[in-house]
Amino acid sequence: MLDYIWGLLMIISVICGAINGKLFDVSQAALDGAANAVQLLIGMLGMMSFWSGLMNISDEGGATALLSKALAPVLSRLFPDYENGGSVMQAICANITANFMGLGNSATPLGIRAMKEMQRLNHGSTSANNSMIRFVVLNTASIQLVPTFVSVIRKNYGARSPLDILPCVFVSSAFGVIVGISCCILFEKRKKHG
Amino acid sequence: MDRIGDYIIPIMIFVIVIFGLIRKVPIFDAFVKGAKDGLAATYSISASLIGLVTAVTMLKSSGALDMIITAVSPLAQAVKIPAQIIPLMILKPISGSGSTAMLTEILSTNGADSFIGRVAAVMAGSTETTFYAIAVYYGAIGIKNIRHTLAAAILADLASMAAAIVTVRFFFGG
Repeated sequence: MLDYIWGLLMIISVICGAINGKLFDVSQAALDGAANAVQLLIGMLGMMSFWSGLMNISDEGGATALLSKALAPVLSRLFPDYENGGSVMQAICANITANFMGLGNSATPLGIRAMKEMQRLNHGSTSANNSMIRFVVLNTASIQLVPTFVSVIRKNYGARSPLDILPCVFVSSAFGVIVGISCCILFEKRKKHG
Repeated sequence: MDRIGDYIIPIMIFVIVIFGLIRKVPIFDAFVKGAKDGLAATYSISASLIGLVTAVTMLKSSGALDMIITAVSPLAQAVKIPAQIIPLMILKPISGSGSTAMLTEILSTNGADSFIGRVAAVMAGSTETTFYAIAVYYGAIGIKNIRHTLAAAILADLASMAAAIVTVRFFFGG
């Protein structure tokens, strides 16, 4: 997928550059773009690793486990099939919590573990069951305590207070999750009646 | 609203350090370990980010990006979305690095504290790389029929994006 997108961006740039008589700017941009990207990355390295370090302190202190326990009642309502499923529910809670804490690196392996547990109880079907769909939709809509990555980028581009968008991000992502789960419930019902 | 943003970092640092000490975490060791992971994570995205930031910079300088924005602006105006945001909305579900590159382009053109800059950042922060997540999770367990996953996920993304515009307008005006 990305092969086509990246290729398309470059090809369009060269063609439009030629049409608009801006090929000189395009060649300049090719050189500058790479340098800018490295500058952005250097600007991000410090803050991203500082924040990951802080989050690891709370993780090692058991914050993730505590939060996961607090979320369990809510999540077991969303995944009634696995209410008493032990390891499935644990994996689901761990993944959602890791996402919330912004521990992206550990969230994905935990998510895959949850999917594997669900597939084990799915009798080897190649069709996704309702719980899997709810789980994937929860993962495609992100709820994060602190949107670190975006804030660091905003900081790099001169935002006075990079985290001032926090309430907006919170409301927007929560709304996305609500709509996503509501859609799942509606689609599930339609399937049953149709 | 500025206040929350100004205070959240010191408050979180304070709470996390106290929490770590109470729970008897070797806080500096834990910090260093996590920070290493953060460095590694940033490093691991660097090559694709270089590729895509360069591509988006070229797209901008060739005049193509402005042509795309002009082309979609009647449609965007009809649904009350700033036209400059549309390229980000298209890229976001498909590519993490691509949308990051587009976000940096929007911030450098419009400013991080502009209405458009804020909307772009909120959109980027409140959605995920949907197609990637679907591919990874279903790919890992060999699911072929994903049923209504894509429809629900895309509707959720659209809802978050619409909410981004509404909330930024509500909290910051514009």
